[in-house]
Amino acid sequence: MRRLAFAGRRLALAVPVLFGVAVLNFFLIHLAPGDPASVMAGEGGSATPEYMDMLRHKFGLDQSLPLQFWHYIVNIVQLDLGYSFRNDETVLSLILDRLWPTLLLMVTAFILSVVCGTLLGLLAGTRRNSPRDGIISVLALLASATPTFWLGLMLIVLFSIRLGWLPTSGLETIGAFNEGWAYVVDVARHLILPALSLAMFYLALYVRVMRASVVEQTRQDYVTTARAKGQSERGIVFGHILRNALLPVVTMAGVQAGNLIGGSVIVEAVFGWPGIGTLAFSALQGRDLNLLLGIFIVSACVVVVLNLMVDLAYGILDPRVEL
Amino acid sequence: MSVLSIQGLSIALPQGADRPFAVQELDLDLQPGEVTCLVGESGSGKSMVARAILGLLPPRVRIGAGSLRFGDKDLATLDQTGMRALRGAAIGMVFQEPMTALNPLHRVGRQVDEVLRLHTKLGRRDRRVRVLELFAQTHLPDPAQIARAYPHQLSGGQRQRVVIAMALALRPQLLIADEPTTALDVTTQAQILHLLRELQRQQGTAVLFITHDFGVVADIADRVAVLQRGVLVEQGTREAVLRHPQHCYTQALLAAVPVLAPPARAAPSQTPQVLEVQHLQKTYRRRSLRGHATHALDDVSLMLRRGETLGIVGESGSGKSTLARAVTGLVRADSGEVILDGDAMTGLGRRQLRPFRKRIQMIFQDPYASLDPRQRAGDIIAEGPIIHGMDRAGAQARARELLGLVGLDAAAAARYPHEFSGGQRQRIGIARALALEPDILVADEAVSALDVSVQAQVLELLAGIKARLGLSMIFVTHDLRVALQICDRVAVMRSGRVVELATAAEIYASPQDPYTRALFAAVPGAAWERSAA
Repeated sequence: MRRLAFAGRRLALAVPVLFGVAVLNFFLIHLAPGDPASVMAGEGGSATPEYMDMLRHKFGLDQSLPLQFWHYIVNIVQLDLGYSFRNDETVLSLILDRLWPTLLLMVTAFILSVVCGTLLGLLAGTRRNSPRDGIISVLALLASATPTFWLGLMLIVLFSIRLGWLPTSGLETIGAFNEGWAYVVDVARHLILPALSLAMFYLALYVRVMRASVVEQTRQDYVTTARAKGQSERGIVFGHILRNALLPVVTMAGVQAGNLIGGSVIVEAVFGWPGIGTLAFSALQGRDLNLLLGIFIVSACVVVVLNLMVDLAYGILDPRVEL
Repeated sequence: MSVLSIQGLSIALPQGADRPFAVQELDLDLQPGEVTCLVGESGSGKSMVARAILGLLPPRVRIGAGSLRFGDKDLATLDQTGMRALRGAAIGMVFQEPMTALNPLHRVGRQVDEVLRLHTKLGRRDRRVRVLELFAQTHLPDPAQIARAYPHQLSGGQRQRVVIAMALALRPQLLIADEPTTALDVTTQAQILHLLRELQRQQGTAVLFITHDFGVVADIADRVAVLQRGVLVEQGTREAVLRHPQHCYTQALLAAVPVLAPPARAAPSQTPQVLEVQHLQKTYRRRSLRGHATHALDDVSLMLRRGETLGIVGESGSGKSTLARAVTGLVRADSGEVILDGDAMTGLGRRQLRPFRKRIQMIFQDPYASLDPRQRAGDIIAEGPIIHGMDRAGAQARARELLGLVGLDAAAAARYPHEFSGGQRQRIGIARALALEPDILVADEAVSALDVSVQAQVLELLAGIKARLGLSMIFVTHDLRVALQICDRVAVMRSGRVVELATAAEIYASPQDPYTRALFAAVPGAAWERSAA
């Protein structure tokens, strides 16, 4: 009940946050030179000034900036994200089409990095300064120093081109028209490399955070208490240390949740993943302002929800936290 | 037949430690139904003995020689599996700090349950019944509700009761208690000692009770063993060791314990007052929607005469530290006045407050945390004068002079805090406070973290300096013994209020408030001292 009230309060607080995001995005984007009309006209190559004025009028770009902003806000409140003239479709349907591949990629990468990072960190921290710890720590250091795009390219070179085990890009095999289980397997095979690339940096970060946290918790008095009870070392690690050591990782996961969307732009570009990232990139190229703004606001919503979930998880994990 | 027989025990420290052995050739027998107190100052190796018995020595510390006979087993050579079967079942342990000794994320019922789960075949229901029984036995109110609570939701005393319930869950033959009451308030301490005694009598447990406090020893011990730097210098019955100590170290330790009575003092002279506190209020806002506001100071009024020492005595949460900080301007009171020599300090801005700060200086409790570890002792002392406009060379010269005044070598100015012992650091803290030539010293539990012998020296130093420089002092402490020794007048605080304020002699001879009387009754060793007189 208390958690529900907390979630309600946080969602209410999200409204001014999202409004701020909308304000910032709108004006920042209008600071950039060029508008959709000039880009479209430029592509055609033979636009007259009259034709461009006509386009601007059609897109509403001839109105004053405050007026445009007013329309924008009113539309958002009505969940109308506008119309993409380049794609000849509503922004909402464009985004909804591309949202699920991105969410799939994000959630997979998130779970992969948290679970593997925690486990490896635990393995390293419980045997401090052993060869096992050394190997894990060095690998984590390497992984956190590797740029995401380079890692992605190298994974493609190794697993797709050299070994031929996994597909190079895309969400599914084009023209295969798989259905049912075969479709799931196909998407999963396409998912492995991009998810791995996106997860790697945070995975390495979690290893290091978790390792330090385990080492610190091992020195705590309650661990001695558990030993004095006659608890086994394994029982101490899984019964006592693990949950306490997880707390800093959860804090870090909140930060990662916010960064995932940004990171996915690069990964989606490398792997030709048909998600929000590639959509945003093409919208940027074509000065498709409506689409771009829509993507921003949807991303902001996703981040707000993810952060709320992380905070709730923290509250469940640590009874001392008062929500 | 003794429960545990320690013979020729030596505990080897890793190379590079200050001595090769933490404990050397220790012989000690623990009898069933007896409480044996192992007494020593910090660094005497007393906790190492406890850890050696449980096989929980820190990494790289090991048993060098000797045997620990427990029944038919030798704990010195027993393997980990064998030790695990004994720990928690045949040997229980109670730790110093009940907050950190409990896992903060598990309900306390589950933590006691863990012992039963590990060592018995009882089912879930039976274990739960047993846990509630144990909580009732340790006199916890409403056991069912306590079992569902997390450690942070309990008071210090309740937490320690949970730890005791955990240690005694399986009626162990041997209970090891390592400073189990040191982190607790005096009245709570008295209750916990009483509880330990009661349960120990009921179950006939042998107890190894580790402490630095001779008051506690007097209250609970059957036998006493005194440890000095790893060597057992004296052991015997409580009567023998406390009344007729043979070894000079024991004699010195006992002499350093402040007597629970005010020394004969000249009647307080009616010197003019230097500081006045009027109707001070301070409330800490509730921290969450469901929390409570804390009235740290609730209409506190008192005054300090020139050359006088005023004691502020109270338990944790009584508001005594907040009062000290409000007087020094470190905490801003919500309302009321602090008047220094006729000038009101309250309501002044940062800049206007600065000349006042110079005149009231504070000595802090923890000599480890209150000195910047990256500053040399000389710089720590010189910093204040430099801020107030003295040139660097002059301030450094003054720092060296002050180090001499507090009994340290002038060469100490070039050293860092970690190179000093606790007592020496507290001397640096005093020199730092004196550097600004204050009129008033405020000492907040300034000797609480120190060993008794060091405590006696620092108290003597403070009294000497105060007399020599004609200072006035506010001395905040939880320890009535210390307060009676050093203070002219004593104010007793509880829940933000001053419940009693009188001269040390009056408050000792005829405490008026029931709370003051309870405090006196709870002072460890008080009953023992009365029986001697």
